[in-house]
Amino acid sequence: MDELIVKALLGGSLIALFSGPMGCFVVWRQLAYFGDALAHSALLGVALSLATELPVTLAIAFTAAALALMLLKLRRGQQLADDTLLGILSHGALALGLVVLALIEPTNMNWMDYLFGDILALSWVDIGTAAAMATVALAILAWHWQPLVLIAVDQDLASVEGISVPRMELLFMLLLALVIALAIKIVGVLLITAMLIIPAATARIFSRGPTQMALLAALIGVVSVCGGVAGAFQWDLPTGPAIVVTALLLFLLTTLTNKPVGRI
Amino acid sequence: MIPLLSLNQVAVISATGNQLLADVDLSIDPKQIVSIIGPDGAGKSTLIRVMAGLQNTTSGIVERQPDLRLGYVPQQLTIPKNLPLTTQQFLQLNRPAKNQPMETTNSKNPDPLAINALRSRPLQALSGGEMRRVLLARALAGSPQLLLLDEPTAGVDLIGQVEFYQLLASIRDQYNCAIVIVSHDLHFVMSATDRVLCLDQGLVCCHGAPEEVSEHPEYQALFGEGTEKAFAVFSHAMGGHQHAHVHSHAHGDDHIEAGESVHG
Repeated sequence: MDELIVKALLGGSLIALFSGPMGCFVVWRQLAYFGDALAHSALLGVALSLATELPVTLAIAFTAAALALMLLKLRRGQQLADDTLLGILSHGALALGLVVLALIEPTNMNWMDYLFGDILALSWVDIGTAAAMATVALAILAWHWQPLVLIAVDQDLASVEGISVPRMELLFMLLLALVIALAIKIVGVLLITAMLIIPAATARIFSRGPTQMALLAALIGVVSVCGGVAGAFQWDLPTGPAIVVTALLLFLLTTLTNKPVGRI
Repeated sequence: MIPLLSLNQVAVISATGNQLLADVDLSIDPKQIVSIIGPDGAGKSTLIRVMAGLQNTTSGIVERQPDLRLGYVPQQLTIPKNLPLTTQQFLQLNRPAKNQPMETTNSKNPDPLAINALRSRPLQALSGGEMRRVLLARALAGSPQLLLLDEPTAGVDLIGQVEFYQLLASIRDQYNCAIVIVSHDLHFVMSATDRVLCLDQGLVCCHGAPEEVSEHPEYQALFGEGTEKAFAVFSHAMGGHQHAHVHSHAHGDDHIEAGESVHG
């Protein structure tokens, strides 16, 4: 098999293993719009990376985390509805990122790679770094799985039972920022939310419990990456959109052919 | 006796400037059943949230015994519909597996909260009353020293309410815990509790033993005269099968008999 395909499959699958469970939280806690806003801040992260020579994944994770914390702060004690605030920050961050990038690097800038991802451009170093980050993040997620699920069920209950909700929220936001920074490599800024929520929503149809749903979402993510990469090679498609279309086809197929055990 | 929790001159002002609580002094002793009554918007839920540590106070002091184990049953819990979770999974979530509520401790009635039939059902499919029983079971599994119940009988039928208050007495004896219960239906609360705190517009308008409070002019102004009649009727329901004769008014010892009838 072509080394290019092996790299793409390996890198994409490792990231999908992490984005599956994180996507479940996004679906449970109705954070799709929130995740979108964080993803849109990624171009600012790219600009930061160009300006400071930080590794691009870290720079993106950093800006996404900063935006997440800012959103959490702004949400409290302001008059605007959540979706208005998110809409402003989300698209504001995207536009700002494009403008700043144009200023820093006016000539040699391939925006499409960041907007739609370019998994085929991954180097072995990229994959190694992404794999290490995804593994550590997965371990942290697994370690705090139960309290995080309980917070998704009800924050008050978690708080009364002695869980430090603010600390867990901070941890969760950092993990969310990281998954976005990683997923940008495979599907790009504009399609990250799809990569988070479509496998989770598909998994929901078959799941009887939160852990099962997380594992299934990870599996469906991996299958989508494989299908998308294969399709991209076969028909010379852009890989990011091909991966998301694969995930979408899986979702439609399962939704239309199965009697749902729960509601979506 | 060192109180489990005490409030000293506690005031809460909402973000919009409404005075939710003012000058509230209250202390909860071990094994006490305290009920909080008052009209809509009196601040009952705010008060119980202060006790649970879920509501920041604007001024005043809240003192808890160090490492106080709290159990909290909110008025309602909205489970995210995308989160697959059965009752059994919910009861075990973030709990050591051995802590199963009221099963090993009560040989006479192995399932006093009637949750066994609910265990395999998704939480989203539970009715309001079933949900509160499950929440109570979860709270008890943490062997709380202080159990906080926010309107536990709302939406529960009359017979269910009588059983519920009998259950409270047995819970207190079995778990050696204090219970604070917020309620609308003062007729029922009065005969089953040690102390009554009556709130009106964020202020404690009277508190004391049920018999004292029901004679208090502030209480009568709020709830009208003649309420003690309903109180007496309920005392009978609580006494249950032992009493066939009619009391003209309340007896303070009825709630003790009610507690015994559960055990005896």
